[in-house]
Amino acid sequence: MATAQQSGAAPVPGAASLRAPGTRTARHGSIERSRGRMSYLFVSGYTVLLFTFGLAPTLYAAYLSLTKEGQFVGFDNFVQVIQDFRFGPAVLHVALFVLFWLAGLVLFVVVLSLLVHGLASRGLSTGLRFVYYIPGALAGASSVMLWLFVLDPTVSPVSWVLHAMGMQTFVQTVSPANLPVIFAIIAFWTGAGGWIVVLYGALNNVPGEVMEAAKIDGAGRLRTALSIQLPMMRKWISYMAVMSLAAGTQLFVEPRILSQASKGVVPVDYSLNQLAYLYAFKQTDHNGSAAIAILLLVVSLGLSMFFVIKGGLFERD
Amino acid sequence: MSATDLGSAALTTGSGPRGRRGAETDPRSWLGRAFIAVVLTFFALFFAVPILWLLNATAKSPRDLLTTAPFAPGTFGDLAANWDALVSFQDGIVFQWLGNAGLYSGVALVLTLVTSIPAGYAMALGTFRGRKVLLTTTLVVMLIPNTALVLPIFLELSALQLVGTAASVILPFSFFPFGVYLTYIYFSSSIPADLLAAARIDGCGEMAVFTRIALPLAKPVVALVGFFSFVANWNNYFLPFLVAPGPKAPIQVGLAEMLANVPQFNPTAAGVTTIELPVLALATVLSVAPVLLIFLFSQRFLVAGMTAGGTKE
Repeated sequence: MATAQQSGAAPVPGAASLRAPGTRTARHGSIERSRGRMSYLFVSGYTVLLFTFGLAPTLYAAYLSLTKEGQFVGFDNFVQVIQDFRFGPAVLHVALFVLFWLAGLVLFVVVLSLLVHGLASRGLSTGLRFVYYIPGALAGASSVMLWLFVLDPTVSPVSWVLHAMGMQTFVQTVSPANLPVIFAIIAFWTGAGGWIVVLYGALNNVPGEVMEAAKIDGAGRLRTALSIQLPMMRKWISYMAVMSLAAGTQLFVEPRILSQASKGVVPVDYSLNQLAYLYAFKQTDHNGSAAIAILLLVVSLGLSMFFVIKGGLFERD
Repeated sequence: MSATDLGSAALTTGSGPRGRRGAETDPRSWLGRAFIAVVLTFFALFFAVPILWLLNATAKSPRDLLTTAPFAPGTFGDLAANWDALVSFQDGIVFQWLGNAGLYSGVALVLTLVTSIPAGYAMALGTFRGRKVLLTTTLVVMLIPNTALVLPIFLELSALQLVGTAASVILPFSFFPFGVYLTYIYFSSSIPADLLAAARIDGCGEMAVFTRIALPLAKPVVALVGFFSFVANWNNYFLPFLVAPGPKAPIQVGLAEMLANVPQFNPTAAGVTTIELPVLALATVLSVAPVLLIFLFSQRFLVAGMTAGGTKE
């Protein structure tokens, strides 16, 4: 662990631990031995990357977060960033955004995939799924850029909607109170289609006989959806929710670009990642930045491990 | 597909082969179908309108964009003018940004394939100490959003004084546990171990078993991993924003930089070179063009990737 922190040396501990068992299998046939050795060769490149850009940065950030100018300071950095007057609002912003996003995502994705799956026309169903998922191609800065236009009442294709809500200028549209909903809409627009396609696939796995039996028993469409299809989708819905929750806490590019476009009406320290960025770049406080990054990482890591252990979605081994 | 087609087709769902054939005259069932048609149409418009509008906006003059109806068609003349304005912006820096993005995602794509395909293969079909640990670690890291590791990676690269080099973007881009996992799933479910054993009995060395037997069978998963890796890296903003600023920026970061030169969004930027809104729209379209093209043909890929491992045959 100690060597991995000097990250340049990260590949070394990996390689060393990998070589050891080769000697152990020496007693077995030459084929077995060569298989074992080749396996190590095959995983070596990936293992080096895993150490250098997975484990080493995590450990290094953990190290930074617990030290100041090389001195161990316990949780001082954490206390400092949490007491930062910008920290609380940033947590609140991110939490609100995630709340709106998750609620909308789960509700609409489930409803839409059920409706699209229920369409009799195969062509229409395929076409709709296509239309729904195409925005997924626009991620990162591009999708935010597109939404700058949509949110600007002077050029927006839906300017009548914005006007109806009393917004005459871009700055009015992106007023802080609206931001969680706006970010949720942007995220939904980009990501929902992919999940609709996935849940549609899950619905296809519901056996035809089951659906037939439900119909014979007199179950209506709504009843079938609630009692048969929803339980079959549950695993995927929770997967979607956990992944989206983890990703949502990372909010960065959307507020960053909106902040730039609104001349600071959207604050530069709106989200936690933005705050971590400011610590690293404006205050050159890498320790504070690392502390925020570690807090965020712990949330993601917790969700991820919970899912790997409890989810059962990835059992194969 | 027009909205009316969509609506009327949705209304006739009852008569299809998968049949939910309620009485066509029953007002309740009619209402239900009308509701479905409205919901599906609304969302189709919600997803499609912004993209269609953006494409149309690239062919309008800055004045027309503000004064004409949102979907009044643009002209080729204005499209050409916007193109010229974009190309002349900072001596065609947009091509440099696109080139950078192509370089970073392209080299990372190759490195990802070279590292993750053999790794997934060995984890699925090999037996070696540490395999289980490697597999579990891969799963856990794969489910972490990649932005969560960006600041730690930046801090690490900054300590090593590598920030600002092409490698500082390409190497983190090449680390793609999801690709390893996809490959692992593919080899453990689609390739019979007997086949490889037979090849070994015939005297094939381990390298030959991989390159001559396993790899040719793995074309689908190579394409799948390539798709996800390229799309994720091309669209990545956060990491290159931190480690590859200025002339080294890929298009996603460049696009955001361009925003600083749009007078509508930044009146203080009334400098020598300004970017008008339609030109920004054109740049946005250009920035997603490669991914959009790939997406047009790859819904199958997307499903296969996102559901990998979740459905057991």
